[in-house]
Parts: sequence; C-alpha cells; structure tokens
Amino acid sequence: MKVTVERATLLKSLGHVHRVVERRTTIPILSNVLLKGVAGQLSLKATDLDLEVTETLPADVEIEGATTVPAHVIYDIVRKLPDGAQVSLETTGDGTQMLIRAGRSRFNLQALPESDFPDLAAGDLPHRFSLPGIELKRLIDKSQFAISTEETRYYLNGIFIHTIEAAPGATVLRAVATDGHRLARVDVPAPPGSVGMPGVILPRKAVAEIQKLLDGLEADITVELSPAKVRLTIGAVILTSKLIDGTFPDYQRVIPAGNDKELVVDRDVFSAAVDRVSTISSERGRAVKLALSDGRMVLSVTNPDSGSATEELEVDYDAASLDIGFNARYLLDITSQLDGDTALFKLADAGSPTLVQDREGAAALYVLMPMRV
Amino acid sequence: MTPPGQSRALCRDCLVDTEAARRPPRCPSCGSPRLLAHPERDTLHIAHIDCDAFYAAIEKRDAPELAIKPIIIGGGKRGVVSTACYVARTYGVRSAMPMFKALELCPGAVVIKPDMAKYVSVGREIRRMMLELTPLVEPLSIDEAFLDLGGTERLHHASPAVMLARFARRVEQEVGITVSVGLSTNKFMAKIASDLDKPRGFAIIGSTEIDGFLADKPVSIIFGVGAVTVEKLERMGIRTIRDLRAAPPHTLMALLGREAGRLQRLAHGIDDRAVSPNREAKVVSAETTFNEDIGAPADLLPILWRLSEKLSARLKAAGLAAGSVTLKLKTADFKLRSRSRSVPTTQLAGRLFETGKDLLIPECDGTRFRLIGIGTSDLHPAAEADQGDLADHTAKRQARMERAVDDLRAKFGSGAVVKGIVFGDRRKP
Repeated sequence: MKVTVERATLLKSLGHVHRVVERRTTIPILSNVLLKGVAGQLSLKATDLDLEVTETLPADVEIEGATTVPAHVIYDIVRKLPDGAQVSLETTGDGTQMLIRAGRSRFNLQALPESDFPDLAAGDLPHRFSLPGIELKRLIDKSQFAISTEETRYYLNGIFIHTIEAAPGATVLRAVATDGHRLARVDVPAPPGSVGMPGVILPRKAVAEIQKLLDGLEADITVELSPAKVRLTIGAVILTSKLIDGTFPDYQRVIPAGNDKELVVDRDVFSAAVDRVSTISSERGRAVKLALSDGRMVLSVTNPDSGSATEELEVDYDAASLDIGFNARYLLDITSQLDGDTALFKLADAGSPTLVQDREGAAALYVLMPMRV
Repeated sequence: MTPPGQSRALCRDCLVDTEAARRPPRCPSCGSPRLLAHPERDTLHIAHIDCDAFYAAIEKRDAPELAIKPIIIGGGKRGVVSTACYVARTYGVRSAMPMFKALELCPGAVVIKPDMAKYVSVGREIRRMMLELTPLVEPLSIDEAFLDLGGTERLHHASPAVMLARFARRVEQEVGITVSVGLSTNKFMAKIASDLDKPRGFAIIGSTEIDGFLADKPVSIIFGVGAVTVEKLERMGIRTIRDLRAAPPHTLMALLGREAGRLQRLAHGIDDRAVSPNREAKVVSAETTFNEDIGAPADLLPILWRLSEKLSARLKAAGLAAGSVTLKLKTADFKLRSRSRSVPTTQLAGRLFETGKDLLIPECDGTRFRLIGIGTSDLHPAAEADQGDLADHTAKRQARMERAVDDLRAKFGSGAVVKGIVFGDRRKP
C-alpha cells in the first residue's frame, strides 16, 4: 500500500476512529487501526469487538493495499505533524512495517497483517430509517446522563430506544435511560420507516461515540438495525455496534401519573441555588432538602463535617407543605437538560418518585427518586 | 502519704486488697499466690483482655471429660487449626497450622468442628460484662478487646486494676472460661502485657518500665511487623527494639516509608491511639475449604448458596449491608483468584448469591478449586439496603420474603426452611 493524504483530513478521521480502541487490550490487533487504500480513497477502521467505526476519506492511492498499525501511536504522530503537511503511508515489501513520511519526518511502525483484523459482521439489518442528526442528538444528549454504570444490571448500561404510540396517531421514537435513581425519557417524532423496529439498548460506549460524531453535524443520519446490532451512517463515518442483550425494565410503571403537588421554579435561579447550597455537602450523600410551603422554597444542606447552608426562593407552589430531599448532582443534571426558562416539578410525598419537566406535555421528562433527609 | 497501690497487693482469687509494706508471697486471707501488686497498679487504665484458647475453653467447659485431653478446634481433613487448647499446645500445635500437621504432632488430640454460633454467643456475653466496666470497649475480635477504664473509678468505687481482676474472676465463675488481662499506659503496651502472663494472667507494665521492658524484645513484637519487614530490618542490622530506637530516622524512612515514624514511636512505647468503641467492621465474609478439590458449577453453586446465606446472616446481625460483592477462589495449586462487583446495597442472601454466581461462572473453566469465599468490604447501614428503585420493583418483595424465612428459622431452627439448591441436582446420574 502506498497512499498520500492531507494531514488535517487524516487527523480528523483518526480522531474519530482511534477513540474506539481500548488503551489496554489483551488481543494485540485490537490496538491497531486498519488502513486500506483503494480507488482514490483511504478507509480507516477500528474496533473493540463490540463497536466498530469506519471512516473513508479521499486520498492519493499510488499502490492499493491494506495494513494495520497501533492506533494511538499513529494518531499521536499525525497530531504532532505540522499543519498543512502531506502524509505518505507506505508498507514495506514484507508487510511487517509501515513507513510514515511527512516533510522531513519519517516513522517506521510495526504493522500487523490486515487478514488478522476482526470484522464485526453486522449480518442482516432489516430495519432502516433516516432522521435529522439534530433529533438523534437530542435523544442522546437529554438521556445520556441517566445511563447506569452498575455491572450487575448490565441492561441499564445504555439507552433504550424504541417506537411507541405516545398519543393516538402520534408515534414517537423514544429514548429511555435510568440508573435506578433517576430516569430520563425523551421523544422525537418517529421517522418514517422506524415504526415496527425492535426496542434496542444502545450501549454507553456507542452512545458516547455517536454523541461526539454528531457534534455540529446538520445532515441526516441513516440507522439500520437488527435485534442484535445497529449501524449508523453519520457523514463519512459508519459506526456499527452490538446492542445490549437484555430486557430493559418496564419504565412506564415508575413514571408517576398521580403526583398532584405542582411546583414551578425559575430553572436558572433554582439550579444556581442548588449548586450554591450543595457546596457544603460531602462527596457521599449529597442530599439537598427542599422545604416547600405556600409560594416559598427553602433549600438546605447539612453536613456534620463541614457545616450547613440554606437559601430561600420564591416559587410557584400552593399545595400542602412538603419537605423532600434530592441528590443535588441529580437535580443539576436534570435542570441542565430542560429546555425552557422554568422547571415543573410534580410531587407526591417525601418518599415517592418525583416528575420533572420543562412544561406540561413536554417531549422530555425526568423521574427522580427522593433521598431521605 | 504513699502513692496509691505502692503498698497494696490485690488477691486475684479472693479479691482482698491487703495493705503491706512489702509484697507478701501469698494472700494473707486465702493463701493464694496470685497477687497483683505494682507501683502504678491503681493509676493505669488502658487494658487489653484476651480469652485463653477461647474456642477450646468453651468446648472443655461444655464437656468436662475433655478437660485434661489435648483438643483442637478446626474443620475437616483439609482445614487448619483455629484454636488448640493449652494441653495440645505442649505438643507444639499452633493456630493456623494445617490439621494434618497438627495431628502428626499430637495424634491423640480430640478434633472438634467449630460451633461458631456458640462461640459468638459466649463472646457477646463477655462483651456485655466488659460494657459494665466502661463504655469504651473496642473489640478486636470475638475473644479480645481493648478497654479504657479512665474516669470510672468514682463510679465503681475501685481502681481499673481492681475492676479488671473482679471481671476476670466473674468471667471464670459465670461463663466458665479464663481470660488474661494486660494493663498499661496505651493499647500497644496493654496488648503486649496481656500476653505476658497467659493463661489466666494479669500483667501490668508501668510507664517507668516500658523502656527497659521493650529494649531486648525482637522487632516482631510490634503488630504489623511481619516477616517481610523483619527481613528488611534485619538487613540493616536491626533486630531488637533497642536497635530500632537507635536507627537514624531518615534511614528507616528510606527503608519503610511512612511506617518508619510509627514504628519508632512504638519502639519507645508511644501509642496515642484512643480506645474507640465504634471501630467498624471493614470486611464481612464467609468462606470454606473443600474436602476434595472441585471445579464444576453444579458442585460449587450449592456451597456458594450456603455461604451467601451465612454472609447475609452476618450482615443482618451486624445491621450492615453490602455495596459490593467479592468472590474469592483458591485453586488446587493455591493460587488466589478474587473477583469483585458493585451491587445496589443489599443484605439479601439471594442477591449476594446471584452476584457471586455471575462472578463464579466465568471462572469455572475446568480449574479445580480448594476454597471458595464470598464477602464484601463496601459496607453500608442496613437502612439503605434493598429499597428497590426505578429499575428494580422486586427488591422490597424479596426482602420481605427473606425476612419471613429468617423469622421461621429463628423460631424453628436453621433447618426449618432450606433452599432446594443446597441438595444439588438429584436428577444427575
């Protein structure tokens, strides 16, 4: 293989694919990125066996061929090359090394043969639809914080994506994530072709990669999926991921329907107040207590080790007085995702899940378990 | 006026405290030689109490015909000695010695399987008695504890030393086992003292004696100085506490790091750790060594279930819950494998088992194991446990179910309800 590419283009693509490569892996070839020069294009591919990212970029291909080299090393090399450089990638005669040349720099990298590189065979992906990148981004951005990292309930380690008839005649594409303490549910109008897709759990690593790839991208995204795998085409990047093989819990039953105490706060004022009083809280047990009474909320935090803090807010609340505690971090995570200027809380009592939305009937809603205070 | 205690001798048998110009050889009242006299006797208040051959003593108490026989408490063909009575110790049997070796040394020994429930209840009874002396009781294990009796003199109308002697006699009379007491200026010295006069002993190390007492002792007298540190110190020519005191601090620092300062302070008998009754358990676990090495999940899982129940019972008894589960395996060739996973806080045997099982199955690759254990080091208050959450609707029900089973067992005995898994798969040929 012998190809020449522009440094900036190569760096951008390597930036996309090298993130997939785990820093520590027991299978040597998984540390490598596959480079393949064919018909005026260089394609790069990296995988961790669960997730595979391929990107194709225009290149001057002198000799067609393919090889694999350590992904983080080549990324670091290209990153440090001067801007505007032309980078030449050339395999040696016996294929055990690849030569990188740019300006007066030369690097010899140990290469492993292309034939050893695993292929995350996607198999048949019968469901296919397209949606604006911005909508997919919305689904992910607003639910991603609630993904669990707990290993025991592995089926919570991702975003559950499915279609559902939210109102008669109005089918939505819905993303749900929960770690047991908070739950996020986000809807976008179901794109044509999505109805009938299986409900799938998109793993957190794929979620994070997709989120980065969608950054600043306006174009439509193509989604293809089967119950076991998903493939997204995002511009020049094709991302293929295994899906979490598990059953997402029945989230509908934990979304409270009968919470009758309504509280409306100014989103920014409330967030700032929570942030301020929680300064005093300890790492473990970051509970902030909200004492609600007619038109008034007193936020307080007491930490036996460091002291206490209180702050009073005027709020829109006329139900019976209520003291309720929440994890301050979780409150801030949720309020930072709300769209409008206000946050609407629907509460039942100090021990029951609370509903948070930006306004009545909004497409995104959050459920938060209270903490004992 | 003579300082208190200077001229008094307390008889540890009849508890008569005699005024005497010189220490009499025997108690003038009952003739016992077990007299407690020391210039600092009535001013020291940090004590270490250690039961003598605790498990063995309890078994001898319950079976008087064993009194003069060597007995060893320990489990199974493959187990280790957990306690050897003083008779067995004369044959060279020691704790933690493999059972086969102990039996080679003392073929006539009576081997008794440990009855932990019994020992725990005796341990509790003794701890209750300790708490009558002072609230500052810091248990180190089931059979030993530090006590700080500072400031209790007016309450008891007696000095700590006198109260401790009364306590030792009371344990002998009411519980039927013996203890050894060490009394000194701090925890480190008190623990050393309790070992001096064992069994049925009472030793006092006064503040003026510490220097001389420690000087010739090997460095290994300091807890935490194990084989590795001993060897390191040895290479520098440091063998005794005297050597340790004389070692230049920076050399010691280079050798041992942050431990250096602590060791040198201890070498001078300085230990300012308070007796703290709230020293919390750091690890709760249950493990067992098999009679034969096994490797099949069908054989391991029933054992894991029983251990999970044991762990669960221990957590419940301590009012604690696990935030993680650690599975421990020792292979037939003595390699240790440890696998851990965090879990939503739980005390339920069922949940501990499920996690243990998830960790165990990938290890069952044909390897044969000699030991399995399950435990947790991430402890939380029980109130936080098994509350269920947005993604878990079964926790509360499961907790109620296990509580019902626990209640049945409490009422009708531990065998009243048994999970089917412990019988293994009977269908297999």
